[in-house]
Amino acid sequence: MNVSELRALVPRVLGVLVRRGADFATAEDAVQEALIAALDRAGDPPDDAQAWLVTVAWRKYLDLVRSDASRRTREAVVDLEPEGAPAAATDETLQLYFLCAHPDLTPSSAIALTLRAVGGLTTRQIATAYLVPERTMAQRISRAKRVVAAAGVDRPGDVVTVMRVLYLVFNEGYSGDVDLAAEAIRLTRQLVALVDDPEVHGLLALMLLHHARRAGRTRADGGIVPLAEQDRSRWDRALIQEGVTILQAALAHDRLGEYQAQAAIAALHADAPRVEETDWVQIVEWYDELLGITDTPIIRLNRAVAVGEADGAPAGLAALAQVDDDLPRRDAVAAHLHERNGDLELAASLYASAARKAPDIHERDHQIRQAARVHEQLRSGRW
Amino acid sequence: MAKYLFLKHYRGAPPMATDVPMSEWAPDDVEAHIQFMGDFADRLVETGEFVDGQALAPDGMWVRHDGAGRPPVTDGPFAETKDLIAGWMVVDVDTEDRAIELAGELSAAPGPDGEPILEWIEVRPFLATPPTPTDVV
Repeated sequence: MNVSELRALVPRVLGVLVRRGADFATAEDAVQEALIAALDRAGDPPDDAQAWLVTVAWRKYLDLVRSDASRRTREAVVDLEPEGAPAAATDETLQLYFLCAHPDLTPSSAIALTLRAVGGLTTRQIATAYLVPERTMAQRISRAKRVVAAAGVDRPGDVVTVMRVLYLVFNEGYSGDVDLAAEAIRLTRQLVALVDDPEVHGLLALMLLHHARRAGRTRADGGIVPLAEQDRSRWDRALIQEGVTILQAALAHDRLGEYQAQAAIAALHADAPRVEETDWVQIVEWYDELLGITDTPIIRLNRAVAVGEADGAPAGLAALAQVDDDLPRRDAVAAHLHERNGDLELAASLYASAARKAPDIHERDHQIRQAARVHEQLRSGRW
Repeated sequence: MAKYLFLKHYRGAPPMATDVPMSEWAPDDVEAHIQFMGDFADRLVETGEFVDGQALAPDGMWVRHDGAGRPPVTDGPFAETKDLIAGWMVVDVDTEDRAIELAGELSAAPGPDGEPILEWIEVRPFLATPPTPTDVV
């Protein structure tokens, strides 16, 4: 049994404890302790890891309850009722997803709780991935559980809030020893098996289609390689094929949502053998569909790029005129469109401005390189 | 989720309610101030928002490479006109509004006679937000 198989057992083990009458917050702590004990004896795996985890987690749970005098009453109840009402394991895991994406939780709390209770990551791994001290992350998780307990487990999140949390985890990428993008994909695959909703399939397809191109999108130092310059032989064709297949099956249900539409755009990019063969007209049509579902400034911004490719830079600039000036990355898109339109002076100053406003270091470095490239072009043009 | 740096300045920030240096405060006021700073950090650990915090000595110098095989050149202490950082705190919060709210609370640290010093806190976002994968330029 490898570590990821072990971690996949975490929501099931938690479900068993809750079914036996354990309260969610304490049971979750107990399962985390059992998981850490299991990871510690990785060289000596038990024959039945789930049974082992249940036994150890239950013992830890009883220890935790006994150590808390205020819970003596509950302890009596627990000892009397070692087996609760039977429930399907899949329903329990789905309920757990919903609970961890409770609408009263802030995004960061929902993410942390989901990664621990559903994902089976340790507090330390989550803290490392999000670059905060372990003690801070431990408190964030405890508070999240208190919020959930206070708000009532009868009003959990739904699949929409769960998808939002998983997509946030996916976008975090990877740092430390945990690949959060891969983790988000694993949890979304699990969710696909639990709930019948084409949008969940759309989300999985979107993640796979982005993930498949990660090697091409990222320089060795973590920097950005723009779409047009990516080495497409480094894209993972098998993963792209899987994403496309999942997306097509989802679209066949004729219940379009934002993740399916975004996945369709990603699929059209992934499908082009060379950037020149990109079907920009269809991409613009998908952006229009997407705007019909959710009209956000970022979608309008990305649509302006696609319009610029499909109908020429002036049309792209006209589309850009409808995008709010304050939007991060607007200057980057404006620079690109003005460069294509032949206005290098303006493009250079917009790239520099995009670098100043960049929200992350790779984006900043990328825009500085773009500005330097256009300035160089301007100089060599004059000489 | 985003990280913000809170900077406290010895010098260089806009003027604040009191310009009496801390070394001249009543001892109890100094204790109350230090207690406040410690409690503030503890509370942020409790809310799951604390990342790091350190204080810096006012003494310091400029250091510059001076060619291969030569020791670095030093210059200093800092000129009186220099913006001088007194310490920092890093928080990890859900929104910019939350960062501003916390910096506002930090600014109300008690000073002489327990009155809030209304110190200006410099708030700087980290360049660390990971890029959302997009297929644009």
